[in-house]
Amino acid sequence: MPPPDSIIQFQGIEKRYDLGGEAEVRALRGVDLTVHAGAYVAIMGPSGSGKSTMLNLIGCLDRPTAGLYSLGGTDVSSMPDDELSEARGRMIGFIFQSYNLIAQLTVIENIQVPLIYQGRDIRAYQEHCAKLADMVGLSDRLHHRPNQLSGGQQQRVAIARSLVNDPLLILADEPTGNLDSRTGAEVLDMIDRLNASGKTIVLVTHDHKVAERAHRVLHMKDGLIEREVINRPAPRANGQPASSV
Amino acid sequence: MNPLSFQFLSTVRLGMKSLMLHKLRSALTMLGIIFGVCSVIAMLAIGEGASYAAQEEIKKLGSDNIILRSLKPAEDAKLAGLGRGGTIDYGLTYQDGARIQSTIPGVRRVLPVRIIRENVLFGPNSVPCQVLGTLPFYPEIVGLDVVRGRFLTETDERNMDNVCVLTVGLAQRLFPYQDPLDHSVKVDSFYYRVVGLVREQNLPEHRTQQGVMEGEPLDNNVYVPLSVSRTRFGEVLIRRSAGGFEAEKVELHQLTVQMNDTAAVETADPQIKTLLGRFHSRNDYEIVVPLQLLRQAEQTKRIFNVVLGSIAAISLLVGGIGIMNIMLATVTERTREIGVRRALGAKRRDITLQFLVETVVLSVGGGLIGVALGVITPIVVSQLTDMKTIVTLWSVLLAFGISGAVGIVFGLYPAKAAAQLDPIEALRHE
Repeated sequence: MPPPDSIIQFQGIEKRYDLGGEAEVRALRGVDLTVHAGAYVAIMGPSGSGKSTMLNLIGCLDRPTAGLYSLGGTDVSSMPDDELSEARGRMIGFIFQSYNLIAQLTVIENIQVPLIYQGRDIRAYQEHCAKLADMVGLSDRLHHRPNQLSGGQQQRVAIARSLVNDPLLILADEPTGNLDSRTGAEVLDMIDRLNASGKTIVLVTHDHKVAERAHRVLHMKDGLIEREVINRPAPRANGQPASSV
Repeated sequence: MNPLSFQFLSTVRLGMKSLMLHKLRSALTMLGIIFGVCSVIAMLAIGEGASYAAQEEIKKLGSDNIILRSLKPAEDAKLAGLGRGGTIDYGLTYQDGARIQSTIPGVRRVLPVRIIRENVLFGPNSVPCQVLGTLPFYPEIVGLDVVRGRFLTETDERNMDNVCVLTVGLAQRLFPYQDPLDHSVKVDSFYYRVVGLVREQNLPEHRTQQGVMEGEPLDNNVYVPLSVSRTRFGEVLIRRSAGGFEAEKVELHQLTVQMNDTAAVETADPQIKTLLGRFHSRNDYEIVVPLQLLRQAEQTKRIFNVVLGSIAAISLLVGGIGIMNIMLATVTERTREIGVRRALGAKRRDITLQFLVETVVLSVGGGLIGVALGVITPIVVSQLTDMKTIVTLWSVLLAFGISGAVGIVFGLYPAKAAAQLDPIEALRHE
């Protein structure tokens, strides 16, 4: 089944945090957003702008207080916890700022983790995983542990891991935040290549240089998308440039 | 292998990996369970061994036997029992034996025994002994091994031959340098030809302290035919004491009633009581039922086991609490890992399973080591102290089962706590 045209569909998404008593924080105040397949979207904004909340909601780590979120055509806004876990594992690949590899597992085993939670027999995916490791240039490090790798290498393992389930969407949270500019650029190049190969990317960053690589930059402020900058047109899922985003 | 069991296996493998990451910590955590399991098995083995010896003794009395013994009545009853010429008349009679044999259902045979304390002489040697007048099937019921020669026979009984059989210990004291067979020993004023030597299967040092074998202590017995005992010693026994002498008339000192099978014992016991009660106005006999003693011993053993078992179970409990404590610390330490796994698609129950597996691996691993130590410890104890120990299968299974259960019970809370973590919070955890 080809992925549906709009990967992310936010309709009036609100997120309120109850701090007890009368106090309440409105982290998101009715956000509308559509991200099409093959898009590369960067989210920017100062802390407290609702950027992290956006990321958590897009990543199905949390549920909105109000509004509708359809991910790849599935309404995930009020899914029970187990189904949400399932949806995360199947449709989203995460790349974190601090890599978040599992310390006691080797490179290849780290790449396999999402498969295990999909209930797949990882023996059938050995070749697939090895190919991904090769793609990120770590085919000679398959049985190393994360503490034997540099930051850039760890982040590349994380990228391979995010791809293992062939997700609809790659969600990157400050992927270069812990890296020096050269390795950071390498990682970003890799993400660019992923996007070029058709993957939909949503990236959260502070760094304008990083954001410039995206087709489209969303600037958040006070729980709303304050403005949107389009750097270049995103390709459509069929490879044609989009007329509008 | 189906994917589910494969997934389970990889979870177990993963749990072991996480444990191996902190080898010392895991080993120390296991220690509580190791000691717990080891002490459960070892304590039960020692308890089992102790009660085994006692039970064996009772079993030798014969679980299909009922033993009746003449008892000198208490002081006030004694006065009432004064017969002619100041003779005290009490105890079991030949008639009692005959009545039991003919009226109680399920009786196989009745063995009468007369016991007279005397000295046995050979040349200059004199040894205090018991002269037991009894029938040829005595060895089958009481458990005697004929070492040399023969036991008493029907012919001896019928002819009232002056023959006797000695216990090995007595023979050694009486005949330090000679072969006792075919020599004659003197008891009271008669001579008896020695026709055999026997050894009791219940050697004195193995006797229980409750004195269940009171009638025939020590290895100093002279066995003569019942008919001989009756005619040579008579029914009235005179005992000289400082103030004069005392005469008592006792026909039989002991009757061993052998039942057809163990099941008949319990119904026969009250029947015998009723039967004898009709002919004995005084309480001049006692009934010992080895089967009941056995039951009591088993009861005692059970209590003993429960006490020992509970003490050991407490140590398992403490071990379990130790595991829970460490697992709670581990959950805190690995909060971020939990967050990552949740983000990568792990459901709450995957996280629960992961931590539960780690706890169970710890406790079952500890349990296995504990079982090994628990089986070795009683052997070492037996070697060092000559205490008898018996490791029973059920104690091993119990201890191992409890250790597994401890893992699950004490692992569940930390595992649930881990699963309840909010993935966002967990990911943010430093």
